[in-house]
Amino acid sequence: MIITSRFFNRSELIGFVALALVLVVILPLSLDVFRLNLVAKYLTYAFVAIGLVLCWGYGGILSLGQGVFFGLGGYCMAMFLKLEASSVENTKIQSTPGIPDFMDWNQITALPLFWQPFHSLTFTVLAIILVPGLFALIIGTAMFKRRVGGTYFAIITQAVAAILTILIVGQQGYTGGINGMTDLRTLKGWDIRPDHAKIILYFFEVFLLFGCILIAQFIRLTKLGRILVAMREQEDRVRFSGYSVANFKIFAFCMAAIFAAIGGAMFALNVGFMSPSFVGIVPSIEMVIYTAVGGRMSIFGAVWGALLVNFAKTGLSESFPQLWLFGLGALFIAVVLAFPNGLSGIWADYVQPRIDRLLASRKSKSGSPWAGNSVADGAPAE
Amino acid sequence: MFGDYSIGDLGSIFVMQGFAGLILFSVYVLMALGLAIIFGQMGVINMAHGEFMILGAYVTWMTSSLFQSYLPSLFSGYFFLAMILAFIASGALGMLVEWGLIRHLYKRPLDTLLATWGLSLILQQTYRSVFGAREVGVELPQWMLGSLKVTDSIEVPINGVFVMGLTVLITIVVSYVLYKSRWGRQVRAVVQNRIMAGAVGINTEKVDRYTFGLGCGIAGVAGSAFTMIGSTGPTSGQLYIVDTFLVVVFGGAASLLGTIASAFSISQTQSTLEFFTSGSMAKVLTLLAVVGILMLRPQGLFALKVRK
Repeated sequence: MIITSRFFNRSELIGFVALALVLVVILPLSLDVFRLNLVAKYLTYAFVAIGLVLCWGYGGILSLGQGVFFGLGGYCMAMFLKLEASSVENTKIQSTPGIPDFMDWNQITALPLFWQPFHSLTFTVLAIILVPGLFALIIGTAMFKRRVGGTYFAIITQAVAAILTILIVGQQGYTGGINGMTDLRTLKGWDIRPDHAKIILYFFEVFLLFGCILIAQFIRLTKLGRILVAMREQEDRVRFSGYSVANFKIFAFCMAAIFAAIGGAMFALNVGFMSPSFVGIVPSIEMVIYTAVGGRMSIFGAVWGALLVNFAKTGLSESFPQLWLFGLGALFIAVVLAFPNGLSGIWADYVQPRIDRLLASRKSKSGSPWAGNSVADGAPAE
Repeated sequence: MFGDYSIGDLGSIFVMQGFAGLILFSVYVLMALGLAIIFGQMGVINMAHGEFMILGAYVTWMTSSLFQSYLPSLFSGYFFLAMILAFIASGALGMLVEWGLIRHLYKRPLDTLLATWGLSLILQQTYRSVFGAREVGVELPQWMLGSLKVTDSIEVPINGVFVMGLTVLITIVVSYVLYKSRWGRQVRAVVQNRIMAGAVGINTEKVDRYTFGLGCGIAGVAGSAFTMIGSTGPTSGQLYIVDTFLVVVFGGAASLLGTIASAFSISQTQSTLEFFTSGSMAKVLTLLAVVGILMLRPQGLFALKVRK
């Protein structure tokens, strides 16, 4: 019990330091800017994966619509950047200067009303958090208050992802259609395209990522996290103990949505465009697989899962485009059948005991208070 | 929206669009019947269902090509053989998948979703490697071309009538098998209480395998029907999978009647709206309506009253 009152137990601390070392020191030193920018792109998915750990791993709510929130966050950011890139001087050649180029191509002559507030950065930052948060609140309230969960919830979130994609593609004049919003240039006059800007953005993203990790870890350790786990295992008992199950589920779903939205906003900044191909059904399911590969119960595992699957994807599809889908499909099946707890499960089952034994034999005289604590926690972390 | 058309025009529009919707309805019903058995009865979320359908479509295409090159005299009847072959191919693959994958996951329904999604990716890539990335189209025999003229302004295509007749026939057969035959009784017994069904001497593993096979086989037949209204590509199945799941959920998962009713209402709404707005907006509005209704009535249109 002493151990669980700490913020990180030892193995989690090792995981945290290792991740920090890799992201802050090793990767920036060993990769060129192009590759580092790729890592930044992969890390945007890590935000989504952390959210899914809370909502799916702990709460047992499988959402197949995280792409929706990733997309909402990303589009909010992209709308701000696009407006800045479409200043009157930049768009002199258009028939209506001062509006984004795709609106001009679609014969729209004035900026639509819902675009107006995105001139303000403050509003945009708030919108990145609030729009997906409110959207998740509405979906979550409607579903969980009526005790809809499990497979039905998964299918309905998937349908929402389909709806949003069709809507974005169909409303070309307002959203940029299938091409999305491209040619994003500056953030408050600061050019986001050159190399040094990419590096600054990378570190800013890593900073935010660690912020999210700490928030997730905090939620996991408080009573709230315990109730989430209890709810996943025995929903009725939690309900009969007097907790409002629906409210806890809504909270977990909203947190996951907000994390995903932050990831989406960072995606728009780092990659320089946003398109519906990151919103729909396929990307949403891929986001779930990052979490599954990393380990649905492990916050750090989720980050590693997002990084490794994407590295594998880039590597395989660069050299053997045919093999990638086979590999991804096999990965899905293997993770589900053989390793339900993903990489972190393998780590906790095979690597961690050896380290513990090694350390225990060194300080055998003082005894090891650590052995097996991650099992006692009910949740093997890292 | 309606102002520019006279009453007579509107009537014709509704009939023609309604008929176009009926073809969509047929494909939905055939897809959803298989899924209603697999998802509604067995609780397995089969994301690879679209790929089973496409397998049927490819089998149909291969059969038609074979008949064209070797048996041109019998070409007009190829479709019936193709349908049977499609059923057997998809059903056999389904039983194999049940044996290798699904039977390990009956206690983890959410995980079947991920595993079968992986399966669907593998199948898609297999189709791409074997048949090529280009979409293939089936040549229809002479007697299916053309249309029947009902009135001056209303025409119905013959292949649509044929697909619909087929759908009605298959639906009747499936409901007979599930609700009247001895085997159907066993299936329903296993679904309601696996342990008790096993205790009274039903071989539950065998029943599971054949049930899954039947669901996939029907998807194969849906694929055969699909070749008549669209071209077949490696990813064509994925486009239908979400719609089909919505059809099943909207109808109330365990009810065949509900599945048919929801397939009818969804396809008719979409098809009618398509005439008045763009195709994508019609789809958005239909899906939004379905999701909205499901939020108000999560158990779907026809819910079985069972104690959980």
